[in-house]
Amino acid sequence: MKERELVVSKIREGTVIDHIPAGKAFLVLKILRIDEKTKETVSMALNVPSKKMGKKDIVKVEGLFIKEDELNKIALIAPNATINMIKDYEIEKKFKVKLPEIVQGILRCPNKMCISNTKEPITSIFYIKAENGDVIAKCHYCGKKIKKIAEFLI
Amino acid sequence: MKHLISIEDLTKQEILKILDKAEEFEDVALGIRKCRILEGKILANLFFEPSTRTRISFETAMKRLGGEVVNISAQEASSIAKGETLADTIKVVSNYCDAIVIRHFLEGAARFAAENSAVPVINAGDGAGQHPTQTLLDLYTIRKECRKLEKLSIALVGDLKYSRTIHSLIKALTLFNSKIYLISPEILSLPEDFLEELNGNFQKARLEEVIEEIDVLYVTRIQKERFLDEEEYRKVAGSYRITPQVVEKLKSDAIILHPLPRVDEIDIKVDKMRQARYFKQAFYGVPVRMAILSEVMQ
Ligand SMILES: Nc1ncnc2c1ncn2[C@@H]1O[C@H](COP(=O)(O)OP(=O)(O)OP(=O)(O)O)[C@@H](O)[C@H]1O
Ligand SMILES: [Mg+2]
Ligand SMILES: [Zn+2]
Repeated sequence: MKERELVVSKIREGTVIDHIPAGKAFLVLKILRIDEKTKETVSMALNVPSKKMGKKDIVKVEGLFIKEDELNKIALIAPNATINMIKDYEIEKKFKVKLPEIVQGILRCPNKMCISNTKEPITSIFYIKAENGDVIAKCHYCGKKIKKIAEFLI
Repeated sequence: MKHLISIEDLTKQEILKILDKAEEFEDVALGIRKCRILEGKILANLFFEPSTRTRISFETAMKRLGGEVVNISAQEASSIAKGETLADTIKVVSNYCDAIVIRHFLEGAARFAAENSAVPVINAGDGAGQHPTQTLLDLYTIRKECRKLEKLSIALVGDLKYSRTIHSLIKALTLFNSKIYLISPEILSLPEDFLEELNGNFQKARLEEVIEEIDVLYVTRIQKERFLDEEEYRKVAGSYRITPQVVEKLKSDAIILHPLPRVDEIDIKVDKMRQARYFKQAFYGVPVRMAILSEVMQ
Protein backbone atom coordinates (compact mmCIF):
# COMPACT_ATOMS: atom_id res chain seq x y z
CA MET A 1 0.00 0.00 0.00
CA LYS A 2 2.72 2.38 1.00
CA GLU A 3 4.64 1.84 -2.20
CA ARG A 4 1.53 2.28 -4.28
CA GLU A 5 0.84 5.58 -2.59
CA LEU A 6 4.19 6.95 -3.57
CA VAL A 7 2.85 7.70 -7.02
CA VAL A 8 5.09 10.73 -7.07
CA SER A 9 8.75 10.69 -6.22
CA LYS A 10 9.95 10.75 -2.64
CA ILE A 11 10.89 14.11 -1.24
CA ARG A 12 13.86 14.69 0.99
CA GLU A 13 12.42 17.52 2.98
CA GLY A 14 9.05 19.15 3.13
CA THR A 15 5.40 18.68 3.92
CA VAL A 16 3.03 15.96 2.76
CA ILE A 17 -0.68 16.63 3.10
CA ASP A 18 -2.55 13.37 3.02
CA HIS A 19 -6.22 12.38 3.22
CA ILE A 20 -7.56 15.37 1.30
CA PRO A 21 -11.07 14.70 -0.04
CA ALA A 22 -10.80 13.91 -3.76
CA GLY A 23 -11.02 17.06 -5.82
CA LYS A 24 -9.91 19.44 -3.09
CA ALA A 25 -6.12 19.41 -3.70
CA PHE A 26 -6.19 22.68 -5.64
CA LEU A 27 -8.13 24.37 -2.85
CA VAL A 28 -5.49 23.22 -0.40
CA LEU A 29 -2.85 24.96 -2.50
CA LYS A 30 -5.06 28.02 -2.62
CA ILE A 31 -5.36 28.15 1.15
CA LEU A 32 -1.60 27.73 1.50
CA ARG A 33 -1.12 30.47 -1.09
CA ILE A 34 1.05 28.21 -3.21
CA ASP A 35 0.97 29.03 -6.92
CA GLU A 36 3.25 29.57 -9.93
CA LYS A 37 4.92 32.47 -8.13
CA THR A 38 6.10 30.50 -5.12
CA LYS A 39 9.43 28.75 -5.52
CA GLU A 40 8.75 25.38 -3.92
CA THR A 41 8.22 22.30 -6.03
CA VAL A 42 4.76 20.84 -5.52
CA SER A 43 3.54 17.46 -6.61
CA MET A 44 0.02 16.20 -6.37
CA ALA A 45 -1.68 12.89 -6.62
CA LEU A 46 -5.36 13.02 -7.42
CA ASN A 47 -8.02 10.34 -7.04
CA VAL A 48 -5.74 8.01 -5.13
CA PRO A 49 -7.65 4.91 -3.95
CA SER A 50 -7.97 4.97 -0.19
CA LYS A 51 -9.42 2.47 2.23
CA LYS A 52 -10.83 5.10 4.57
CA MET A 53 -12.01 7.64 2.04
CA GLY A 54 -12.65 5.74 -1.16
CA LYS A 55 -10.67 8.28 -3.12
CA LYS A 56 -8.37 10.98 -1.88
CA ASP A 57 -5.88 13.62 -2.99
CA ILE A 58 -2.33 14.07 -1.71
CA VAL A 59 -0.22 17.22 -1.93
CA LYS A 60 3.55 17.24 -1.39
CA VAL A 61 5.44 20.49 -0.99
CA GLU A 62 9.19 20.11 -1.28
CA GLY A 63 11.70 22.11 0.70
CA LEU A 64 9.09 23.93 2.78
CA PHE A 65 7.99 23.31 6.31
CA ILE A 66 4.65 25.00 6.55
CA LYS A 67 3.72 26.48 9.91
CA GLU A 68 1.13 24.59 11.92
CA ASP A 69 -1.27 27.58 11.98
CA GLU A 70 -1.19 27.71 8.22
CA LEU A 71 -1.73 24.01 7.92
CA ASN A 72 -4.72 24.05 10.26
CA LYS A 73 -6.55 26.32 7.81
CA ILE A 74 -6.73 23.28 5.54
CA ALA A 75 -9.24 21.81 7.99
CA LEU A 76 -11.80 24.29 6.61
CA ILE A 77 -12.11 22.16 3.48
CA ALA A 78 -10.31 18.96 4.45
CA PRO A 79 -11.22 18.26 8.08
CA ASN A 80 -9.50 14.87 8.10
CA ALA A 81 -6.25 15.84 6.42
CA THR A 82 -3.06 14.38 7.87
CA ILE A 83 0.16 16.35 7.84
CA ASN A 84 3.47 14.52 7.47
CA MET A 85 6.63 16.52 7.97
CA ILE A 86 9.43 14.86 6.02
CA LYS A 87 13.09 15.10 6.85
CA ASP A 88 15.78 12.96 5.19
CA TYR A 89 13.08 11.04 3.35
CA GLU A 90 11.53 9.96 6.65
CA ILE A 91 8.43 11.14 8.42
CA GLU A 92 9.62 13.23 11.31
CA LYS A 93 6.23 14.35 12.57
CA LYS A 94 2.66 13.40 11.79
CA PHE A 95 -0.51 15.13 12.93
CA LYS A 96 -4.12 15.68 12.02
CA VAL A 97 -5.21 19.19 11.13
CA LYS A 98 -7.35 20.94 13.73
CA LEU A 99 -10.08 23.47 12.89
CA PRO A 100 -8.85 26.95 13.76
CA GLU A 101 -11.22 29.02 15.91
CA ILE A 102 -10.64 32.09 13.85
CA VAL A 103 -9.26 32.78 10.37
CA GLN A 104 -8.13 36.10 8.94
CA GLY A 105 -7.88 37.15 5.33
CA ILE A 106 -8.72 33.85 3.68
CA LEU A 107 -12.51 34.03 3.39
CA ARG A 108 -14.65 36.62 1.65
CA CYS A 109 -17.95 37.62 3.25
CA PRO A 110 -20.97 36.70 1.07
CA ASN A 111 -22.84 39.77 2.31
CA LYS A 112 -22.50 42.57 -0.26
CA MET A 113 -23.45 45.12 2.37
CA CYS A 114 -20.68 44.01 4.75
CA ILE A 115 -17.98 46.56 5.59
CA SER A 116 -15.36 43.86 4.91
CA ASN A 117 -16.26 43.97 1.20
CA THR A 118 -15.30 47.62 0.73
CA LYS A 119 -12.13 49.50 -0.09
CA GLU A 120 -11.51 50.06 3.65
CA PRO A 121 -8.16 48.86 5.00
CA ILE A 122 -9.75 45.76 6.48
CA THR A 123 -8.93 42.07 6.72
CA SER A 124 -11.81 39.64 6.79
CA ILE A 125 -12.18 37.80 10.08
CA PHE A 126 -14.30 34.68 10.50
CA TYR A 127 -15.11 32.54 13.52
CA ILE A 128 -15.07 28.84 12.73
CA LYS A 129 -17.32 26.21 14.21
CA ALA A 130 -18.22 22.62 13.42
CA GLU A 131 -21.98 22.18 13.43
CA ASN A 132 -23.29 18.65 12.95
CA GLY A 133 -20.36 17.62 10.83
CA ASP A 134 -20.33 20.77 8.69
CA VAL A 135 -17.80 23.54 9.00
CA ILE A 136 -19.43 26.93 9.45
CA ALA A 137 -17.73 30.32 9.33
CA LYS A 138 -19.29 33.46 10.83
CA CYS A 139 -18.24 36.97 9.82
CA HIS A 140 -16.79 39.02 12.68
CA TYR A 141 -18.17 42.21 11.15
CA CYS A 142 -21.70 41.45 9.97
CA GLY A 143 -22.44 38.06 11.51
CA LYS A 144 -23.25 36.41 8.17
CA LYS A 145 -22.62 32.67 8.14
CA ILE A 146 -20.89 30.72 5.40
CA LYS A 147 -21.82 27.09 4.96
CA LYS A 148 -20.17 26.40 1.60
CA ILE A 149 -16.70 27.49 2.60
CA ALA A 150 -14.95 26.43 -0.62
CA GLU A 151 -16.96 29.03 -2.55
CA PHE A 152 -15.71 31.91 -0.47
CA LEU A 153 -11.97 31.28 -0.30
CA ILE A 154 -10.11 34.41 -1.34
CA MET B 1 -12.17 50.92 26.52
CA LYS B 2 -15.86 50.17 26.28
CA HIS B 3 -17.74 50.26 23.01
CA LEU B 4 -21.36 49.37 22.41
CA ILE B 5 -21.60 47.61 19.06
CA SER B 6 -23.99 44.71 19.40
CA ILE B 7 -26.41 43.65 22.10
CA GLU B 8 -24.75 40.23 21.93
CA ASP B 9 -21.56 41.72 23.31
CA LEU B 10 -23.34 42.39 26.59
CA THR B 11 -23.99 39.90 29.35
CA LYS B 12 -27.33 39.85 31.11
CA GLN B 13 -25.63 41.52 34.09
CA GLU B 14 -24.28 44.32 31.94
CA ILE B 15 -27.69 44.88 30.38
CA LEU B 16 -29.34 45.08 33.79
CA LYS B 17 -26.67 47.47 35.00
CA ILE B 18 -27.46 49.87 32.16
CA LEU B 19 -31.20 49.60 32.84
CA ASP B 20 -30.67 50.32 36.54
CA LYS B 21 -28.53 53.30 35.71
CA ALA B 22 -31.16 54.61 33.29
CA GLU B 23 -33.66 54.44 36.12
CA GLU B 24 -31.51 56.83 38.14
CA PHE B 25 -31.36 59.27 35.24
CA GLU B 26 -35.08 59.46 34.56
CA ASP B 27 -35.63 62.60 36.61
CA VAL B 28 -32.60 64.18 34.94
CA ALA B 29 -34.08 63.33 31.54
CA LEU B 30 -37.29 65.03 32.65
CA GLY B 31 -35.37 68.15 33.69
CA ILE B 32 -36.39 67.74 37.33
CA ARG B 33 -32.88 67.13 38.61
CA LYS B 34 -29.57 68.53 37.36
CA CYS B 35 -26.67 66.20 36.81
CA ARG B 36 -23.54 67.32 35.00
CA ILE B 37 -21.34 64.27 35.15
CA LEU B 38 -20.30 64.59 31.50
CA GLU B 39 -19.41 68.27 31.72
CA GLY B 40 -16.41 69.04 29.54
CA LYS B 41 -16.95 65.96 27.38
CA ILE B 42 -17.76 66.11 23.69
CA LEU B 43 -19.84 63.57 21.82
CA ALA B 44 -19.59 63.32 18.03
CA ASN B 45 -22.76 62.20 16.27
CA LEU B 46 -21.46 60.72 13.04
CA PHE B 47 -24.44 59.89 10.85
CA PHE B 48 -23.81 58.47 7.40
CA GLU B 49 -27.51 57.85 7.09
CA PRO B 50 -30.22 60.22 8.28
CA SER B 51 -32.00 59.45 11.53
CA THR B 52 -33.56 62.34 13.33
CA ARG B 53 -35.00 60.46 16.26
CA THR B 54 -31.95 58.53 17.37
CA ARG B 55 -29.65 61.48 16.81
CA ILE B 56 -31.81 63.89 18.78
CA SER B 57 -32.24 61.52 21.67
CA PHE B 58 -28.45 61.05 21.93
CA GLU B 59 -28.01 64.80 21.72
CA THR B 60 -30.58 65.42 24.44
CA ALA B 61 -29.07 62.73 26.64
CA MET B 62 -25.56 64.19 26.30
CA LYS B 63 -26.74 67.74 27.01
CA ARG B 64 -28.79 66.72 30.03
CA LEU B 65 -25.59 65.32 31.48
CA GLY B 66 -23.73 68.58 30.90
CA GLY B 67 -21.81 67.47 27.81
CA GLU B 68 -21.43 69.00 24.37
CA VAL B 69 -22.39 67.53 21.01
CA VAL B 70 -20.87 67.88 17.56
CA ASN B 71 -23.25 66.77 14.83
CA ILE B 72 -21.89 65.50 11.56
CA SER B 73 -24.81 65.14 9.19
CA ALA B 74 -25.35 62.46 6.60
CA GLN B 75 -24.43 64.94 3.90
CA GLU B 76 -21.25 66.08 5.59
CA ALA B 77 -20.30 62.55 6.54
CA SER B 78 -20.69 61.25 3.02
CA SER B 79 -18.72 64.13 1.57
CA ILE B 80 -15.92 63.38 4.02
CA ALA B 81 -16.20 59.76 3.05
CA LYS B 82 -15.84 60.52 -0.63
CA GLY B 83 -12.13 61.09 -0.52
CA GLU B 84 -11.48 59.12 2.62
CA THR B 85 -11.97 55.71 4.13
CA LEU B 86 -14.16 55.23 7.19
CA ALA B 87 -11.02 54.13 9.02
CA ASP B 88 -9.39 57.51 8.39
CA THR B 89 -12.54 59.48 9.20
CA ILE B 90 -12.76 57.69 12.54
CA LYS B 91 -9.09 58.26 13.32
CA VAL B 92 -9.56 61.98 12.74
CA VAL B 93 -12.91 62.41 14.48
CA SER B 94 -11.94 60.28 17.46
CA ASN B 95 -9.15 62.73 18.19
CA TYR B 96 -11.66 65.56 18.46
CA CYS B 97 -14.11 64.04 20.89
CA ASP B 98 -14.66 61.75 23.87
CA ALA B 99 -17.07 59.31 22.25
CA ILE B 100 -18.59 58.66 18.84
CA VAL B 101 -22.13 57.67 17.99
CA ILE B 102 -22.18 56.20 14.51
CA ARG B 103 -24.92 55.27 12.10
CA HIS B 104 -23.84 53.74 8.81
CA PHE B 105 -25.49 51.97 5.89
CA LEU B 106 -22.98 49.09 5.84
CA GLU B 107 -23.21 46.11 8.16
CA GLY B 108 -20.27 45.80 10.51
CA ALA B 109 -19.32 49.46 10.02
CA ALA B 110 -19.65 50.23 13.72
CA ARG B 111 -17.40 47.35 14.76
CA PHE B 112 -14.82 48.40 12.22
CA ALA B 113 -15.11 52.00 13.42
CA ALA B 114 -14.46 50.83 17.00
CA GLU B 115 -11.33 49.04 15.86
CA ASN B 116 -10.02 52.31 14.45
CA SER B 117 -11.14 54.64 17.20
CA ALA B 118 -9.22 56.19 20.07
CA VAL B 119 -12.49 56.76 21.96
CA PRO B 120 -15.58 54.61 22.70
CA VAL B 121 -17.90 53.98 19.76
CA ILE B 122 -21.64 53.49 20.13
CA ASN B 123 -23.52 51.82 17.31
CA ALA B 124 -26.69 53.69 16.38
CA GLY B 125 -27.51 51.28 13.56
CA ASP B 126 -25.37 49.72 10.87
CA GLY B 127 -27.40 48.83 7.81
CA ALA B 128 -29.50 45.75 8.37
CA GLY B 129 -27.14 44.90 11.24
CA GLN B 130 -27.35 45.92 14.87
CA HIS B 131 -29.07 48.71 16.77
CA PRO B 132 -28.26 47.96 20.41
CA THR B 133 -29.38 51.24 21.98
CA GLN B 134 -32.87 50.70 20.58
CA THR B 135 -32.88 47.25 22.12
CA LEU B 136 -31.80 48.56 25.50
CA LEU B 137 -34.54 51.17 25.47
CA ASP B 138 -37.07 48.52 24.43
CA LEU B 139 -35.99 46.33 27.34
CA TYR B 140 -36.11 49.31 29.66
CA THR B 141 -39.64 50.16 28.52
CA ILE B 142 -40.82 46.59 28.98
CA ARG B 143 -39.29 46.31 32.43
CA LYS B 144 -40.68 49.66 33.47
CA GLU B 145 -44.17 49.30 32.05
CA CYS B 146 -44.70 45.61 32.80
CA ARG B 147 -42.83 45.91 36.09
CA LYS B 148 -40.76 42.86 35.22
CA LEU B 149 -38.63 41.50 32.42
CA GLU B 150 -38.58 37.77 33.07
CA LYS B 151 -41.05 35.25 31.65
CA LEU B 152 -43.23 37.62 29.69
CA SER B 153 -45.31 36.66 26.73
CA ILE B 154 -44.34 38.87 23.82
CA ALA B 155 -45.77 39.17 20.31
CA LEU B 156 -43.56 40.64 17.59
CA VAL B 157 -45.66 41.86 14.71
CA GLY B 158 -44.82 43.06 11.21
CA ASP B 159 -41.51 42.91 9.36
CA LEU B 160 -39.54 40.21 11.12
CA LYS B 161 -37.26 39.63 8.17
CA TYR B 162 -35.56 42.96 7.61
CA SER B 163 -36.13 44.84 10.85
CA ARG B 164 -32.84 45.17 12.71
CA THR B 165 -34.77 46.39 15.74
CA ILE B 166 -36.57 43.07 15.87
CA HIS B 167 -33.42 40.99 15.41
CA SER B 168 -31.55 42.70 18.22
CA LEU B 169 -34.58 42.56 20.48
CA ILE B 170 -35.12 38.85 19.92
CA LYS B 171 -31.53 38.10 20.88
CA ALA B 172 -31.89 40.08 24.07
CA LEU B 173 -35.26 38.60 24.98
CA THR B 174 -33.84 35.08 24.95
CA LEU B 175 -31.84 36.11 28.02
CA PHE B 176 -35.03 36.78 29.93
CA ASN B 177 -36.97 33.57 29.31
CA SER B 178 -39.69 35.21 27.30
CA LYS B 179 -42.28 33.35 25.30
CA ILE B 180 -42.06 34.91 21.87
CA TYR B 181 -44.78 34.84 19.21
CA LEU B 182 -43.66 35.66 15.69
CA ILE B 183 -46.44 37.28 13.73
CA SER B 184 -45.74 38.29 10.16
CA PRO B 185 -46.73 37.71 6.57
CA GLU B 186 -44.87 34.73 5.12
CA ILE B 187 -42.54 36.81 2.94
CA LEU B 188 -41.47 38.87 5.96
CA SER B 189 -40.91 36.03 8.39
CA LEU B 190 -37.77 35.65 10.45
CA PRO B 191 -34.83 34.21 8.44
CA GLU B 192 -34.34 30.49 9.17
CA ASP B 193 -30.62 30.69 9.88
CA PHE B 194 -31.33 33.43 12.38
CA LEU B 195 -33.71 31.19 14.28
CA GLU B 196 -31.33 28.24 14.13
CA GLU B 197 -28.81 30.10 16.23
CA LEU B 198 -31.15 30.94 19.03
CA ASN B 199 -32.34 28.74 21.77
CA GLY B 200 -35.48 30.21 23.13
CA ASN B 201 -39.17 29.76 23.23
CA PHE B 202 -40.39 30.86 19.79
CA GLN B 203 -43.57 30.17 17.97
CA LYS B 204 -45.11 31.42 14.76
CA ALA B 205 -48.65 32.52 15.41
CA ARG B 206 -51.55 34.60 14.23
CA LEU B 207 -52.38 37.67 16.25
CA GLU B 208 -55.96 36.63 16.99
CA GLU B 209 -54.70 33.36 18.51
CA VAL B 210 -52.52 35.02 21.12
CA ILE B 211 -53.96 38.48 21.61
CA GLU B 212 -55.64 37.65 24.93
CA GLU B 213 -52.54 36.08 26.39
CA ILE B 214 -49.71 38.47 25.58
CA ASP B 215 -48.10 41.03 27.86
CA VAL B 216 -46.31 42.97 25.12
CA LEU B 217 -47.43 43.72 21.58
CA TYR B 218 -44.40 44.98 19.66
CA VAL B 219 -45.37 46.40 16.28
CA THR B 220 -43.07 47.28 13.39
CA ARG B 221 -43.70 48.80 10.04
CA ILE B 222 -44.32 46.74 6.93
CA GLN B 223 -42.54 48.57 4.13
CA LYS B 224 -44.09 48.97 0.74
CA GLU B 225 -40.75 48.38 -0.97
CA ARG B 226 -40.77 44.76 0.17
CA PHE B 227 -43.72 43.93 -2.05
CA LEU B 228 -43.94 43.38 -5.76
CA ASP B 229 -47.22 45.17 -6.23
CA GLU B 230 -49.14 47.83 -4.39
CA GLU B 231 -52.35 45.79 -4.22
CA GLU B 232 -50.62 42.94 -2.38
CA TYR B 233 -48.94 45.38 -0.01
CA ARG B 234 -52.21 47.06 0.90
CA LYS B 235 -53.90 43.76 1.57
CA VAL B 236 -51.10 42.45 3.78
CA ALA B 237 -50.43 45.70 5.61
CA GLY B 238 -54.15 46.09 6.28
CA SER B 239 -54.39 42.69 7.93
CA TYR B 240 -51.59 43.58 10.39
CA ARG B 241 -53.06 46.91 11.37
CA ILE B 242 -53.59 47.53 15.06
CA THR B 243 -57.01 49.09 15.54
CA PRO B 244 -59.04 49.84 18.70
CA GLN B 245 -61.01 46.65 18.01
CA VAL B 246 -57.79 44.65 18.19
CA VAL B 247 -56.57 46.43 21.31
CA GLU B 248 -59.85 45.81 23.12
CA LYS B 249 -59.00 42.11 23.18
CA LEU B 250 -55.65 42.75 24.89
CA LYS B 251 -55.26 42.32 28.63
CA SER B 252 -55.78 45.65 30.33
CA ASP B 253 -52.22 45.69 31.68
CA ALA B 254 -50.62 44.64 28.38
CA ILE B 255 -48.52 47.22 26.54
CA ILE B 256 -48.14 48.20 22.88
CA LEU B 257 -44.70 49.27 21.67
CA HIS B 258 -43.38 50.55 18.35
CA PRO B 259 -39.87 51.80 17.50
CA LEU B 260 -41.41 54.73 15.53
CA PRO B 261 -41.84 56.37 13.13
CA ARG B 262 -45.21 54.81 12.54
CA VAL B 263 -47.04 55.16 9.26
CA ASP B 264 -50.46 53.62 9.69
CA GLU B 265 -49.77 50.25 11.25
CA ILE B 266 -51.23 51.55 14.52
CA ASP B 267 -54.48 53.47 14.26
CA ILE B 268 -54.10 56.89 15.93
CA LYS B 269 -57.25 56.13 17.92
CA VAL B 270 -55.15 53.58 19.78
CA ASP B 271 -52.90 56.35 21.11
CA LYS B 272 -55.44 57.23 23.78
CA MET B 273 -55.97 53.67 24.95
CA ARG B 274 -54.29 52.60 28.17
CA GLN B 275 -52.09 49.97 26.51
CA ALA B 276 -50.38 52.43 24.16
CA ARG B 277 -46.83 53.07 25.37
CA TYR B 278 -44.87 53.89 22.20
CA PHE B 279 -44.45 57.56 22.99
CA LYS B 280 -43.31 56.72 26.48
CA GLN B 281 -40.92 54.26 24.88
CA ALA B 282 -39.50 57.09 22.76
CA PHE B 283 -38.98 59.18 25.89
CA TYR B 284 -37.19 56.32 27.64
CA GLY B 285 -34.64 56.51 24.86
CA VAL B 286 -33.18 59.53 26.63
CA PRO B 287 -32.45 58.08 30.11
CA VAL B 288 -31.25 54.84 28.53
CA ARG B 289 -28.84 56.71 26.26
CA MET B 290 -27.72 58.79 29.25
CA ALA B 291 -26.87 55.56 31.01
CA ILE B 292 -24.95 54.32 27.97
CA LEU B 293 -23.05 57.59 27.52
CA SER B 294 -22.05 57.75 31.16
CA GLU B 295 -21.10 54.07 31.08
CA VAL B 296 -18.71 54.42 28.14
CA MET B 297 -17.23 57.82 29.04
CA GLN B 298 -16.73 57.60 32.78
N1 LIG C 1 9.88 10.79 1.79
C1 LIG C 1 8.65 10.95 1.36
N2 LIG C 1 8.39 11.71 0.27
C2 LIG C 1 7.13 11.89 -0.15
N3 LIG C 1 6.04 11.36 0.40
C3 LIG C 1 6.20 10.61 1.50
C4 LIG C 1 7.50 10.36 2.03
N4 LIG C 1 7.34 9.54 3.11
C5 LIG C 1 6.01 9.32 3.23
N5 LIG C 1 5.33 9.95 2.27
C6 LIG C 1 3.85 9.99 2.09
O1 LIG C 1 3.28 10.44 3.32
C7 LIG C 1 2.02 9.78 3.56
C8 LIG C 1 2.04 9.09 4.90
O2 LIG C 1 2.99 8.02 4.90
P1 LIG C 1 2.95 6.82 5.91
O3 LIG C 1 4.07 5.94 5.57
O4 LIG C 1 2.84 7.35 7.27
O5 LIG C 1 1.61 6.10 5.43
P2 LIG C 1 0.41 5.55 6.32
O6 LIG C 1 0.92 4.53 7.28
O7 LIG C 1 -0.67 5.15 5.36
O8 LIG C 1 -0.04 6.83 7.14
P3 LIG C 1 -1.50 7.28 7.58
O9 LIG C 1 -1.91 6.48 8.73
O10 LIG C 1 -1.33 8.75 7.90
O11 LIG C 1 -2.41 7.08 6.36
C9 LIG C 1 1.83 8.84 2.39
O12 LIG C 1 0.96 9.47 1.45
C10 LIG C 1 3.22 8.66 1.81
O13 LIG C 1 3.15 8.42 0.42
MG1 LIG D 1 -2.47 5.85 4.60
ZN1 LIG E 1 -19.56 40.16 6.76
